[in-house]
Amino acid sequence: MRIDISRISKLANLSLSDEEKGKFEKQLDETIEYIDKLKEIDTMTVDPTSQVTGLENITREDEVKPSLPQEKVLSNSKSTHNGLFKVAAILE
Amino acid sequence: MSYKPVIGLEVHVELKTKSKMFCGCSTDYFGKKPNTHVCPTCFGLPGALPTPNKIAIEWCIKIGLSLNCDIPLFSKFDRKNYFYPDLPKGYQISQYDLPFAHNGFVKLKTDENKTIRIRRVHMEEDTGKLIHGIVNGKKASLIDFNRSGVPLVEIVTEPDFESAEQVNEYLQKLQQIIRYLEVSDADMEKGQMRLEPNISLKKSHPEQREEYRDSSSVIRRPQNDIPTYKVEVKNINSFRFVEKAIHYETERQRKILEGGKTPVQETRGWDEKRQITFSQRIKEQEMDYRYFPEADIPPFRWTKSQISRLRSQIPEMPDKKLKRFNDDYSMSGYYSEILTRERKMAEFFEETVKIGKKYNINAKKIANTIINKKIDANSILPAALVQSIIKQSKKTVVDEEELKNIALEVFRKNPKAVDDYKKGKNQVIGFIIGMMKREIKKPVENNQLKEVIENLLKIQ
Repeated sequence: MRIDISRISKLANLSLSDEEKGKFEKQLDETIEYIDKLKEIDTMTVDPTSQVTGLENITREDEVKPSLPQEKVLSNSKSTHNGLFKVAAILE
Repeated sequence: MSYKPVIGLEVHVELKTKSKMFCGCSTDYFGKKPNTHVCPTCFGLPGALPTPNKIAIEWCIKIGLSLNCDIPLFSKFDRKNYFYPDLPKGYQISQYDLPFAHNGFVKLKTDENKTIRIRRVHMEEDTGKLIHGIVNGKKASLIDFNRSGVPLVEIVTEPDFESAEQVNEYLQKLQQIIRYLEVSDADMEKGQMRLEPNISLKKSHPEQREEYRDSSSVIRRPQNDIPTYKVEVKNINSFRFVEKAIHYETERQRKILEGGKTPVQETRGWDEKRQITFSQRIKEQEMDYRYFPEADIPPFRWTKSQISRLRSQIPEMPDKKLKRFNDDYSMSGYYSEILTRERKMAEFFEETVKIGKKYNINAKKIANTIINKKIDANSILPAALVQSIIKQSKKTVVDEEELKNIALEVFRKNPKAVDDYKKGKNQVIGFIIGMMKREIKKPVENNQLKEVIENLLKIQ
């Protein structure tokens, strides 16, 4: 196995049952195996690509634009408190 | 066995651009209502497109240039992935392998020839602010995203510091450079400058070779005895606390090492009340941020002329200015040091000198006045200061003999005041000065009068 499923689920912030762990570990391993096929292609002369638009140096001027009103910002949140987002305590 | 600290520093500086790093939200969030300075781009909502702030990038490069860095002609942004509620996107836009600046250095004064190497200067976005508290009887974390997306420059050194004092000098210097550039107020209390030292100890060998230069002139250090662990102390907001935290950590780690153990690699916080560092989280494994290129932001390619244009916009830096002040105005290092501490003061001084020249007032006199009278460069114009120096020098022309006679006359008319003074009521001297001034009817320095009175009363 090349997949450490416990570690990956932790990094992705997902809690998995033991059954799920077994299932996904196998699936992810198969995925990697499939992608390994790409190694068969000779890429010596191909540049790594992370951009496809060919654009460069795209910036904006330092100008202020209006932000969203607070009600709108919070409107999709399940729990808020005094204009703040509320989540379960993360530090003891 | 003795141990020597090995310290590296990460410093975050919030830039004072008007708008955020990747969107048009205002950065003027300090003390404002929570979650009022945010937009879909700050949150990374579907369809939002981050567009980098031109000024922020230029300022980042200027910081790099001021720290003697190389500016690579090709650079890009990357995503740093992690889950924490201060970051709604699930990643922070930062820079990984191609920062805007790298390979710089800062020279320290106190230790001759001590050079702190700058590993990198990169651009990223600030995170939201977390408040931990109790809501309706339950522990909760509350989030304000106003700060999320504010331009942040991270300056990383190599682990070249050997003492808390060196760290302190470097930080003072860095703060001064940032302020000279006018890219941030670097106010620690407002969190505009945040410090993260990483500290470990290595065995100290007195015979160990000092740093040397390799064939390509890169400064190298001997690589033996590099510690196998490091302890990071997070988000300290005062220079004094950094010094204390380093002293504390050095002691703590020395004891562990002397007991034959290795300190745990972890992140610790500084508790100012208890004057200790405390464990925040143990890094079980090296955090895996799974960096990859930010697909939403095209890369950057600079021309040499663009970089030299930025270089030409950098004002004279504190070290150079200090040396020039010593030379041009033949002042003591101490005076130059005070006058160049802030760029505004240095410019105020030089402007005043220029005007003073027309009235034959020399630079030293001006330096003296500014320093001794604690002149505030923000509250008086250079020309007004020159006028006041001229007035001042006219004041002292009152003849000493004449002053003595006036003083004696005042004494004769106010025997009780003289009596009180002799009994030790020193404050009565103010009354006598006042009475004398009424007689003199010319502007005269209080100090001169005081001297005359004291001398006379001593004789009597």
